[in-house]
Amino acid sequence: MPLVFAGVCSHAPGITGRKDQADPAVRDAFYGAFDRMRLAIEAAKPDALVVVGAEHFANFFMDNMPAFALGMADHYEGPIEDEQWLGIKRRRVPGDRALSERLIARVMRDVDVAYAEEWKFDHGIMVPLNFLTPRYDVTIIPANINCQGPPLTPLSRAWAFGRALRKAADEMPERIALVGTGGISHWPATPNSGKINEAWDREFLKRWSANRRDELLSYTDAETYREAGQGGFEIRCFIAAAAAAEGATGEIWFYAPIPIFAVGCTIGVMNL
Amino acid sequence: MSLYSLQKLLYQLNRDPDSRARFKQDPAAHARAFELTDEEMKAVLDPDIGLLYVLGVNGQILMHYAALRGLEWSAYIEAMREGVRRHGPVRAGIYAMVEE
Ligand SMILES: [Fe+2]
Repeated sequence: MPLVFAGVCSHAPGITGRKDQADPAVRDAFYGAFDRMRLAIEAAKPDALVVVGAEHFANFFMDNMPAFALGMADHYEGPIEDEQWLGIKRRRVPGDRALSERLIARVMRDVDVAYAEEWKFDHGIMVPLNFLTPRYDVTIIPANINCQGPPLTPLSRAWAFGRALRKAADEMPERIALVGTGGISHWPATPNSGKINEAWDREFLKRWSANRRDELLSYTDAETYREAGQGGFEIRCFIAAAAAAEGATGEIWFYAPIPIFAVGCTIGVMNL
Repeated sequence: MSLYSLQKLLYQLNRDPDSRARFKQDPAAHARAFELTDEEMKAVLDPDIGLLYVLGVNGQILMHYAALRGLEWSAYIEAMREGVRRHGPVRAGIYAMVEE
């Protein structure tokens, strides 16, 4: 079936972990946009949701760092973080090994992807799922792009990965949805935590919505690091989602800097 | 420079309960299994979170070690600032402080 949904959202741990410290009005508007995205995903009736995240050393480390990875298990577990700290209880999340295997085999024809039969979710996946599949009744297929341990996956390859996921999804009999997660500009886990470059974010989101490949791939890592911090390297996940929706344009349903969440909080959806 | 070994030690403490248990029992003995410089060893054992930050430990690894050693979020942020004041700018990695 053709891909049934593509979108992007933020995944910063403060979104759930520090929810009581945020301005309730803007926080609730953000949560409302997350819920609108949940309804859109549910309306698309997916058999599985591919979550393209940028994990933070939950599973992958510099001893063997894959540029791309896809999960291939019947269930996963998360969050790895302290439950109190993240504000999300640890649980089992359903997967589908057989579907993963078919998807991976198809993706591999275009992009060399590592597969993982064990995968523990960190906030990069658990925060989005907390809002998007709150009953944990949707089959999840985790995907990862290396946004943490340089040399990082190049943006052009993140695009190629998104295209490969799209081709694979389209060829499956199942209905596949896809969400890319991450920050735009942010400086998490540094003394600058809470800093957000709103102008840079808005320009990036304009390019994401227009979904023009060349504009999205024109960022250099040096420029991103300077303007958007190391958290900005996670644009790779947004770029993969855009690539999965190539030919379509998107809409930003929500954007607002929420410093206590340490990120410009974003919900964006492609009109497939 | 053995930033890789240093981060590996901290990453394992974050993710592996057995490593954590061994470390709690005898931190120095546990750390000696990793190729660390004297400065790195001292930073781990003190612990000097600010120095670990300056040495270039990735923030996504260091924040969990800071929590393990009992630092609340604001104390962790302050420890990084103090590290830069005492030891100079971050020497490696992608988590440097930005002057505002
Ligand atoms: Fe992240």
